[in-house]
Amino acid sequence: MELITYWISILPELGNGVINTLIMTFLAVSMSAVLAVILAMGRMYGPRIISTLCKWYIEFFRGTPLLAQLFIIYYGLPSWGLNFSSFTSAVLAFGLNSGAYVAEYLRGAVQSIDKGQMTAGLAMGMTKFTAIRKIILPQALRFVIPPWSNDVIYTLKYTSIAFLVGAQELMSKAKIIASFNFRFIDTFVFVAIIYLILVLLLTLFFNWLERKLKIPGFEIKN
Amino acid sequence: MEERKEILRVEDLHKSYGTNKVLQGISLNIKQGQTKVIIGPSGTGKSTLLTCVNYLNPPDKGRIWLEGEEIIYSEREINKIRQKKGFVFQQFNLFNHLTALGNVMVGLTEVLKKKKKEAREKAMYELERVGMADCAEQYPAELSGGQQQRVGIARALAMDPLLIMFDEPTSALDPELMGEVLDNMTKLALEGMTLLVVTHEMGFARAVADDIIFMENGRIVEEGPPEKLIMNPEKKRTIEFLQKITQLYGED
Ligand SMILES: Nc1ncnc2c1ncn2[C@@H]1O[C@H](COP(=O)(O)OP(=O)(O)OP(=O)(O)O)[C@@H](O)[C@H]1O
Ligand SMILES: [Mg+2]
Repeated sequence: MELITYWISILPELGNGVINTLIMTFLAVSMSAVLAVILAMGRMYGPRIISTLCKWYIEFFRGTPLLAQLFIIYYGLPSWGLNFSSFTSAVLAFGLNSGAYVAEYLRGAVQSIDKGQMTAGLAMGMTKFTAIRKIILPQALRFVIPPWSNDVIYTLKYTSIAFLVGAQELMSKAKIIASFNFRFIDTFVFVAIIYLILVLLLTLFFNWLERKLKIPGFEIKN
Repeated sequence: MEERKEILRVEDLHKSYGTNKVLQGISLNIKQGQTKVIIGPSGTGKSTLLTCVNYLNPPDKGRIWLEGEEIIYSEREINKIRQKKGFVFQQFNLFNHLTALGNVMVGLTEVLKKKKKEAREKAMYELERVGMADCAEQYPAELSGGQQQRVGIARALAMDPLLIMFDEPTSALDPELMGEVLDNMTKLALEGMTLLVVTHEMGFARAVADDIIFMENGRIVEEGPPEKLIMNPEKKRTIEFLQKITQLYGED
């Protein structure tokens, strides 16, 4: 019972962090989504140079540790005159990183679409760009919802490493509280529960989204 | 007989894939309102011919005219030219994320840039023409193959094309579903639409075609009206092939 009282007492302070975590996740996820579409389309349909650049980008961000990327952005870029706040650095790192993963999911989704879909669009006089926009992407995005939702959940949890560059999110608030009162376990268990609740809420949201966008013939087979 | 306008003219079309010479000098022409049927063994280049005519698969050599005007290939012009040639696919290729109505509308709104309302009316009209108005709100996955192909025909019709090309439109269908598609094609032919059809449905060819083209190994072996090509073919290969498909597909 004492534990519950303690949790309630730190909730206002943590609540602030939760809001920052959510904003950080939202910004990173939005950035990642836009980036993923550009990267995947660039890699698949772009001219050779664009395609290669997109591929390198994806390989780099998937092939190096997220924490290293965060540190490069926060500590490394200032030496090139690029200064970002810790919050912005975190959003950039998580967005740029997740974009590379989601781009690959999207590429897989596009590749699973029958070639005849594109052919039919071109045959009726669509430009390739229109066919991608109106035929390929709407189908691919439906297929990509399940892996994408996983990635969003990952991003939400990864934001907890943003405290390492001093961003004021849920984990950093918890760390500050605990270092004052030394109740590490009590505090971090509560933090874990909060993350869990956030993840469950996200899962509910994605289930709803999937239902809402459901079209016969696009059921996810497993 | 009055001289009818030439819709499509193809001269000396060549296409190779590596060393595989798929088309080796195809020439043909279709006048307005004509129906031409192409038959020939598998792998002979029939599909390649249709996709070359549409530059979905640019030919290596050869010239193509549409309504007397030579097609000069360019990224920008080609879309305008494709709009004028309907294409109906063996595998239907309906857009899976759109309803039947959406499938017919999308070309009108995205290619011809028509207003939603106008596009919807036109699309409903075309769906009615193929007897699919009742299924307007259904998705491809909810339709039978025959129904999907009829929507495919409506989708081609909606663009008011100069001609419609069919690549084996019934060969992916169960026999009992072929009739509804062939009936619609027959109706179009009678209404004066210009059709270029790859099919082995000899009943359809006999009843509807003005000319049948027998193609083999990337060349046209023989061309002629059904009564001549079916009843009285000149070339030995044509006779052999016709015997073979009668065995395969039955008399009709
Ligand atoms: N994209 C491609 N790349 C390489 N070879 C191809 C390609 N498309 C077709 N071919 C080859 O071209 C030849 C002609 O194929 P095509 O599909 O035009 O024949 P078809 O007459 O339509 O046959 P079917 O009756 O089986 O449909 C075949 O040997 C095929 O393997
Ligand atoms: Mg074929």
